[in-house]
Amino acid sequence: MKASHLMLVGALTFAVLASTPAFAEPRRDAILAELLAQARRDEPGFGQFSAERGAALYRADHTGGKPGTASCTACHGNTPLETGQTRAGKAIDPMALSKSPGRYTDKAKVEKWFTRNGTQVLGRACTAKEKGDFLTYVTAQ
Amino acid sequence: MPKSIALLLLLSTVVTPSPAAGDERVPPVTDPVVNQECGSCHMAFQPQFLPQRSWQKLVDTLADHFGEDASLGETERAAVLDYHLSNAADGPKGGRAARKYGRRIAVGQAPLRITETPWWVKEHQEVRADKWRSREVKSKANCLACHKRAEEGIYEDEEHEDDD
Ligand code: HEC
Ligand code: HEC
Ligand code: HEC
Repeated sequence: MKASHLMLVGALTFAVLASTPAFAEPRRDAILAELLAQARRDEPGFGQFSAERGAALYRADHTGGKPGTASCTACHGNTPLETGQTRAGKAIDPMALSKSPGRYTDKAKVEKWFTRNGTQVLGRACTAKEKGDFLTYVTAQ
Repeated sequence: MPKSIALLLLLSTVVTPSPAAGDERVPPVTDPVVNQECGSCHMAFQPQFLPQRSWQKLVDTLADHFGEDASLGETERAAVLDYHLSNAADGPKGGRAARKYGRRIAVGQAPLRITETPWWVKEHQEVRADKWRSREVKSKANCLACHKRAEEGIYEDEEHEDDD
């Protein structure tokens, strides 16, 4: 391959990586890939995660959880771009990846909070589909 | 306030040790597991504020922790319990400040809230009721709203009343 070709490939790779900051992190990719595999096991024929469904999950008032925390927005901001606040008054950095670039790289942390906050808001752990939709939504914000 | 004065104030707090610093200071939490697992919903409270029997009960009931699920895996649970028992008000590493906090808690009682211990209530009786409900404080457990350096174990006479 000629040097000019190599440079072109390099430039293209750079352009692709730079234009998709949300997916430029292998640990985050791996979390999403695993969730997708699980969602397809749970629901044969499942297509792709959807940011729209993730947004709806984030905003909706749910039933089945604990009183006072019917929605993700009870602690997280009204939009993922805003800072939230726990029931004990502590600030929570925005969920939007553009605001909190370090998020969603530690699988154990992500899973722990999906379980806790699912119990809190939905009265059950989040499904793989819900987790993937939510992550697709907030990583694009 | 003009920048020069702010700078002077800053320098003076760094240079002059506060008179009470020796005995009043609560050691900051040094265990990374405790800071991570007990510091995400509120600051990681110093174990010195409650006796061992309180921490034992609190760690045993993390699955229903003031209405939230704060449960931990077995390794983390054991590490968190160990640190709290060692540094509790009556623990072997509690230190001087700690004994004062535990003193007036009845032997048969294991309060789960620092903010309900007789010592804490007395120390905060001057704080106006509406202050606790304000949006930025929200909860008595939000020590940081008023004690900016609480995580370092510094609670005495800060400027916490200045901003209203
Ligand atoms: C009772 C308060 C509360 C509610 C309600 C809540 N969360 Fe959270 N959430 C937190 C706290 C506290 C953290 C950990 C602090 C942090 O990561 O900054 C967190 C962290 C997370 C994380 C992990 C972030 C990371 O960096 O890995 C995810 C994912 C998450 N929440 C999703 C949700 C979803 C989805 C909902 C609604 C179904 C929800 N949360 C509702 C309090 C809450
Ligand atoms: C999922 C969120 C969450 C996690 C994680 C968590 N807590 Fe809490 N904690 C709370 C809430 C909510 C309250 C009640 C706050 C209120 O009433 O204003 C609370 C209150 C407390 C209090 C009483 C505060 C007072 O009023 O004096 C103590 C002590 C405490 N937590 C210790 C811990 C310890 C130790 C850990 C780690 C094992 C921990 N917490 C982890 C949510 C959490
Ligand atoms: C609404 C504001 C506010 C909140 C929230 C608050 N405090 Fe205080 N605290 C005060 C005031 C005011 C004083 C008394 C003035 C002083 O001594 O600095 C005080 C005094 C204290 C003292 C005694 C300081 C000394 O001089 O020895 C300690 C220790 C303390 N608070 C710990 C806590 C802890 C722990 C929490 C959280 C569980 C907390 N406070 C929450 C306002 C607050």
